[in-house]
Amino acid sequence: MKTLDRKLWRDLWQMKGQVFAITLVIMSGVATFIMFITTMDSLDYTRNKFYRDYNFAEAFVHLRRAPESLIEKIKEVEGVRQAETRIVAQVKLDISGFNEPVNARIISIPDSGTPLLNGLYIRRGSFPDPNKDNEVIISENFAEAHNLKIGDQIAAIISGKWKKMTICGVALSPEFILLMKPEAMSPDFKRYGILWMNRKALSEAYDMDGAFNSVVLTLQPQARLSDVLRAIDNVVGKYGGFGAYGRNDQISHRLLSEEFKQLKTSSKIFPSIFIFVSAFLLNVVMSRTINTQREQIAALKAFGYNNYDIGVHYAKLVLLIIAAGLISGIACGIWFGHLLGDIYMAVYRFPFLVYILKPWVIVAAVFVSIISALAGTLHTLWRAAKQPPAEAMRPEPPAQYKVSLMEKMGLGRKITQPSKIIIRNIERKPIRTLLSVIGIALACGTMIASGFFKDAVDYMINVQFVLSQKEDMSVAFFDLTSRRAAYELKQIDGVRYVEPYRIVPVKFINGHRSYKTVIKGMEPDSRLQQLLDTNLNKVALPSSGLMLTDHLAKILKVRPGDKITVEVLEGSRATREVTVVALVKQYLGVTGYMDLSSLNRLMNTGDAISGAYLSTDLNKQEKLFREFIKTPRVSGTVVRKHEITNFYEIQAKGMLFFTFIATLMACFISFGVVYNNARIAFSERSRELSSLRVLGYTRGEISYILLGELALITFIAIPVGFALGYWLCAYLAYALASDLFRVPLVISSGTFSMAALVVLVSASVSGLIVRHKLDHLDLVEVLKTRE
Amino acid sequence: MTRKKLPAEKTAQIVFHVRDLTKTYRMGEVQVHALRGANMELYESEMVVLLGPSGSGKSTLLNILGGLDTATSGYVAYRDKDLTKATEQELTDYRRFHVGFVFQFYNLISSLTARENVAVVTEIAKDPMPPEDALSLVGLTDRMDHFPAQLSGGEQQRVAIARAISKNPQVLLCDEPTGALDSETGVVVLEALERINRELGTATAIITHNVDIAGMADRVIHLSNGVISEVNINKTKKSPSELHW
Repeated sequence: MKTLDRKLWRDLWQMKGQVFAITLVIMSGVATFIMFITTMDSLDYTRNKFYRDYNFAEAFVHLRRAPESLIEKIKEVEGVRQAETRIVAQVKLDISGFNEPVNARIISIPDSGTPLLNGLYIRRGSFPDPNKDNEVIISENFAEAHNLKIGDQIAAIISGKWKKMTICGVALSPEFILLMKPEAMSPDFKRYGILWMNRKALSEAYDMDGAFNSVVLTLQPQARLSDVLRAIDNVVGKYGGFGAYGRNDQISHRLLSEEFKQLKTSSKIFPSIFIFVSAFLLNVVMSRTINTQREQIAALKAFGYNNYDIGVHYAKLVLLIIAAGLISGIACGIWFGHLLGDIYMAVYRFPFLVYILKPWVIVAAVFVSIISALAGTLHTLWRAAKQPPAEAMRPEPPAQYKVSLMEKMGLGRKITQPSKIIIRNIERKPIRTLLSVIGIALACGTMIASGFFKDAVDYMINVQFVLSQKEDMSVAFFDLTSRRAAYELKQIDGVRYVEPYRIVPVKFINGHRSYKTVIKGMEPDSRLQQLLDTNLNKVALPSSGLMLTDHLAKILKVRPGDKITVEVLEGSRATREVTVVALVKQYLGVTGYMDLSSLNRLMNTGDAISGAYLSTDLNKQEKLFREFIKTPRVSGTVVRKHEITNFYEIQAKGMLFFTFIATLMACFISFGVVYNNARIAFSERSRELSSLRVLGYTRGEISYILLGELALITFIAIPVGFALGYWLCAYLAYALASDLFRVPLVISSGTFSMAALVVLVSASVSGLIVRHKLDHLDLVEVLKTRE
Repeated sequence: MTRKKLPAEKTAQIVFHVRDLTKTYRMGEVQVHALRGANMELYESEMVVLLGPSGSGKSTLLNILGGLDTATSGYVAYRDKDLTKATEQELTDYRRFHVGFVFQFYNLISSLTARENVAVVTEIAKDPMPPEDALSLVGLTDRMDHFPAQLSGGEQQRVAIARAISKNPQVLLCDEPTGALDSETGVVVLEALERINRELGTATAIITHNVDIAGMADRVIHLSNGVISEVNINKTKKSPSELHW
């Protein structure tokens, strides 16, 4: 080993505390970057592989009923490559040991086994026996939620008749990677499942012999999706088509895509913060190291080392620190990526998760870290290299100071000398102070951003499930029903109050903008469903006209008073012009709202309803569930309380993991920044502080000078961090907004306090470490050495 | 020059009392016997020069007298206070209220002006003089608002002296106060020390290896190899301006 390299290792060892702190920050940046990117790549790759291997359809259409022969016409549509018909039945299940009605969708599979499109990955068991009419495959989440095994029996009401079925297999499908009821707010694996049954058996049970009600398609490579969809709609229109749609409107696919978008945003924001902080820390530490080694540098140059040798020597020091951060960061990132992948796998059902680490991710991490670190230290390296030896040999003159601005303004008259030292030090190095403030503020901001997710979810839930929805449960009917059904519900023991609703699937069209969703028809002065304006005040439902979710109005570019076209996607498939009369604030989903009678008039269907909201006697809820399981007309129930729990359960794991990581990282940043500041301030000031100790200052008094400066920087940084955090959250809210949900910009005081606390604690820890050093200052040494 | 009473006349109070003082410390692998049984006294109002080559133990002695270091064995008392038994806090208080230090390399706080460097001590002292008075005693009235970076070496050392005397200490301990200065500037600094000793009657101990400075002392204590080898009393003191080196 060259002697200069030996010096390198010893220098590293000497500043091990600082090296460790910087390594932590670089590690955090690299780890979060790799974690987010690899998780996204892995999910994306796995999804694509699953789609490809199991032939996931590219277009979908549901209809009331069409004869099997129609498939030929569908196949003739230009752009269609493959098409497969199937039967999809909405059923209600009775699971023994579970006292609530369970909704399920039974999908037919060819008697010969695996479907052409949307193939099944059989996790356990096998395809149904073609000779038996009662065997079903069930989706994995559902099997796990009820602990169902091969051979277990479940009962279903299909077309009003009870049918007992035996489970023959557990499967996954690319169509239901994320299983969620179309109108639900969050997945509920207990109350919603997918069953697959042989075509013959299902067509008999569902009265669909020789007919189908669902088609899945793939397209020719050059086909335009919108053209194909339009053509398909024309073909199936008169068979009660509900509107063809592509993958982008397919619920599982869409939710996954939203999640990927979120990961992408996070993978940009968080690593950037760390990389900025580590570049700054390296800059501060390197300039200090080089300053203290100026005499050594001069000596080396006097011996004949050239600028290049000196430059390379210190560049190696920087690169070694980065290497430590990179290696540990890559390792942690891969580990975190696996952890995060596992969390996703609990909700998203893939047959397997292929962990993908693309070489460019590592290259990018290495490249960005090195470039930013060198950019942060280049100036210092350059200064070290070009210093003439004679100049460097001379001791540094006393540092230049000025009376601080604050004192010039007359504020300094009453302050003590130690406080003056603090203020002047801070003012003397404004850039370093500013960067320190930004560094700590970023840590604080990161914490706020992590807490923000929980605050936003709490707020969304409060608005949606507390302020807006007030029913105890809602009941949905299989088919459009007369309003009389609502009166019948009212008669059931345990039901206190009933409010009917109707849901109509529609496509809103304004010029070239369009959006598929539903219109919800509600009672004019609904007690159980409240529409809110942007200030969360109750909005009365006008007797005519349409109200839209504010976000939907944005998508369609309409304002109250504008007329829009409503294309009904069921029954007569009529097209109507309706005036938008007001907007509604809503964080989850996008919907249109109308007065129930007014909606029925628009549909020309008489007094029809598709379900009802109930206020119930909570003690009699179980009895009610049993009643509803038995009632053929009722397809399912949704209990508001369960929706809230589900929402949290699905969000909670990911959120907890993210909050944990972010908190850890924020601690590393604030510790890294404060500790490095403290360490450098200590080495720069230890001589002065020892002198003061000799002059009779106590340990506490000199600690005040050093730690007071750090405390002051920290206290300035916290409100800056609050502002930065708020801005970061605003950006996140903006970047994550989608038609599925809008993240409200709500940050609780608890989140602010927690962020401040984490910063203060990590600052205190670094303070204590430095305080320990201050307590062991060598007082005699200082008298003998010049600076 | 007004003449003070000489300690030899035995009327002055003893400020420091040192008996059989030893100090051993390790320097890497080596045991260093810095003091091997030193005995001495310092009296009120006197000016003593501790003279000796480097390694003679003079700095160690001064550090122990100043409460910066502890003895290995022996006895040191400041008036009635046994410094060998003092706690860390007691030593801090002792330095804070009773001793003034002047260091070879000044040790000023670079972010504070001359006046503020003095104030840093007067703020924590019990009965200090105003910083301005201390600075005028060392002839720096017109440089009070300058920062260390704006002062010459001699001026910086005079600020250090002003800082040391501003608390009205009982003793002034100076460790090679002219060591970093040229002879002309050194004389100015010594004049300041002499004036303080004369006007305020502060007992002053100056460490030096510079034999010429010994001429301005009341007594000269010679150290070699960790023991006091010789004590001379100057019958006639020289004024600093008469010193040359």
